[in-house]
Amino acid sequence: MKNERNKKRSMAAEIWQRLCRNKMAMLGLAILVLLILAAIFADVIADYDTKVVAQNISERLKGPSAAHWFGTDEFGRDIFARIVHGSRVSLVVGLVSVSVSMIVGGSLGAFAGFYGGRVDNVIMRVMDVFLAVPSILLAITIVAALGTNLINVMLAIGISGTPSFARIVRAAVMGVKDQEFVESSRAIGASSITIIFREILPNCMAPIIVQATLSVASAILSTASLSFIGLGVQPPAPEWGAMLSSGRNYLRDALHLTLFPGLAIVVTILALNLLGDGLRDALDPRLKQ
Amino acid sequence: MHKYVIKRLLMLIPVVIGVSFLVFFIMSLSPGDTARTILGENAPMEAVEALNEELGLNDPVLIRYARYMVGLLHGDLGDSYKSGRPVFNEVMSRFPDTLKLAFWGMLFAIVLSIPIGIISATKQYSLTDSISMVFALLGVATPNFWLGLMLIIAFSLHLRWFPSGGSEGWKALVLPVITLGTGCMANITRTTRSSMLEVIRQDYIRTAKAKGVNSKTVIYRHALKNALIPVVTIIGLQFGSLLGGAVLTEAVFSWPGVGTYLINSIKAKDTPAVLGCVIIFSICFSIVNLCVDILYAYIDPRIKSKYK
Repeated sequence: MKNERNKKRSMAAEIWQRLCRNKMAMLGLAILVLLILAAIFADVIADYDTKVVAQNISERLKGPSAAHWFGTDEFGRDIFARIVHGSRVSLVVGLVSVSVSMIVGGSLGAFAGFYGGRVDNVIMRVMDVFLAVPSILLAITIVAALGTNLINVMLAIGISGTPSFARIVRAAVMGVKDQEFVESSRAIGASSITIIFREILPNCMAPIIVQATLSVASAILSTASLSFIGLGVQPPAPEWGAMLSSGRNYLRDALHLTLFPGLAIVVTILALNLLGDGLRDALDPRLKQ
Repeated sequence: MHKYVIKRLLMLIPVVIGVSFLVFFIMSLSPGDTARTILGENAPMEAVEALNEELGLNDPVLIRYARYMVGLLHGDLGDSYKSGRPVFNEVMSRFPDTLKLAFWGMLFAIVLSIPIGIISATKQYSLTDSISMVFALLGVATPNFWLGLMLIIAFSLHLRWFPSGGSEGWKALVLPVITLGTGCMANITRTTRSSMLEVIRQDYIRTAKAKGVNSKTVIYRHALKNALIPVVTIIGLQFGSLLGGAVLTEAVFSWPGVGTYLINSIKAKDTPAVLGCVIIFSICFSIVNLCVDILYAYIDPRIKSKYK
């Protein structure tokens, strides 16, 4: 037991070491840690009521300055404060929607891969139907039907990401299910559910982790896209895509209204992609070679 | 080969049925009374009830879906609640503009990404490789609607080279095409590079080089052909994001396509129009995926031989 734990720890340590050697992945991780810290301490950095939502018309459309690092918007609100608080929205939507995709898609993929045959056929044909609708269009349709609020946005993005997880987990489960440890688990009388969730899935984590990291990036992008066309987070809540949308009316005179929220999206997606790519290389070094 | 094409064509039928049911079912979850949306908040209850009955909205969802499918098979996607005109005509009148945007966007992406991917792979770790990979990473991370806004600021408002909206003339096409194609270009570049890197390390490439074959011939005749399968796959997959991206790009540039119509229909709660747009987009995506599958057989003789 102790040996097994040591072996597990050494494997994790090895992966971590490989990740640490990847400078780009470390850069991505560092940016992400900063972003998470900004989201956690957003209230300490800038007060929500006075700086993020309260209007101050005398300060409207001011350019970047010492008082307002990223300038102010059309209602005189501090753009830096709104971006910092917006990181909360983006990260929460990203994490919750990916959790929805991972739980629903992962379970369906695991059942399809484990049982095979008719179960696999039915599940994967349904997933094919979902995949036939471009994911952002599926999200748009769901939000259009259910209404625009944060929960529906998370649900819509989560559902549209489900088929990719189902496919990846199914492939991973199929690669593992015939191995000896699964056989022995079956021999001692473990139920199928126990075998799937306690034996097989922990051994399929590498592709799931990589997919989850990359999916958070696309979920953040989808949230911003939905908000940009008025179907996502509604004003006055600070959301990067919604900030871009309202800044469109001031492109000529106030570039900072669109520049900084856009950069926030780019930097976040870039960080997640760099980390995702790094994790993929660290978890499966053959891919890097 | 014909057997393969026919088999793939037949597989399109259940996908179209599935997609239409999925989208129809999602839209049927829409809260609120459709007849009231059409007639307005102050309409009398009797009129609302009569319209619901006339539109068949009191029937169960499966009956409504069956009726919709019969219409769909006859090219009837219902009438728009907003304009009263057939949705099929409304969508089709805008479809050429969206197709034009998607076609040029994809062409822009393919024409630039494949050569860049090849050069990056053949000159791995060089300055050219590093620069192109940084651009590819940024291209993947940049939301197309933000890129569109930045292009408008630079090339429309400051330099005045291109218009910021409309669809008249080639100049109006330049910024939307760059906006739409950049993300696809970045993804295809990355895939081309990694696929080429994998292929150029194979023994047969080394053998060709050892035999003294010209390096250009090795790259373009031996390596590229074998590296194309993942590239074609990603091009097919990117078409889906291109269609989704077209909705956003059209919104940025006021492009009079299906995307703009879709967004306006959502805002007007015009359910048949939303349904029609999403179904048409999904059928297009399925057809492109079918073409990609058929293309595999032409690129890879091993796939072709399976169906001989």
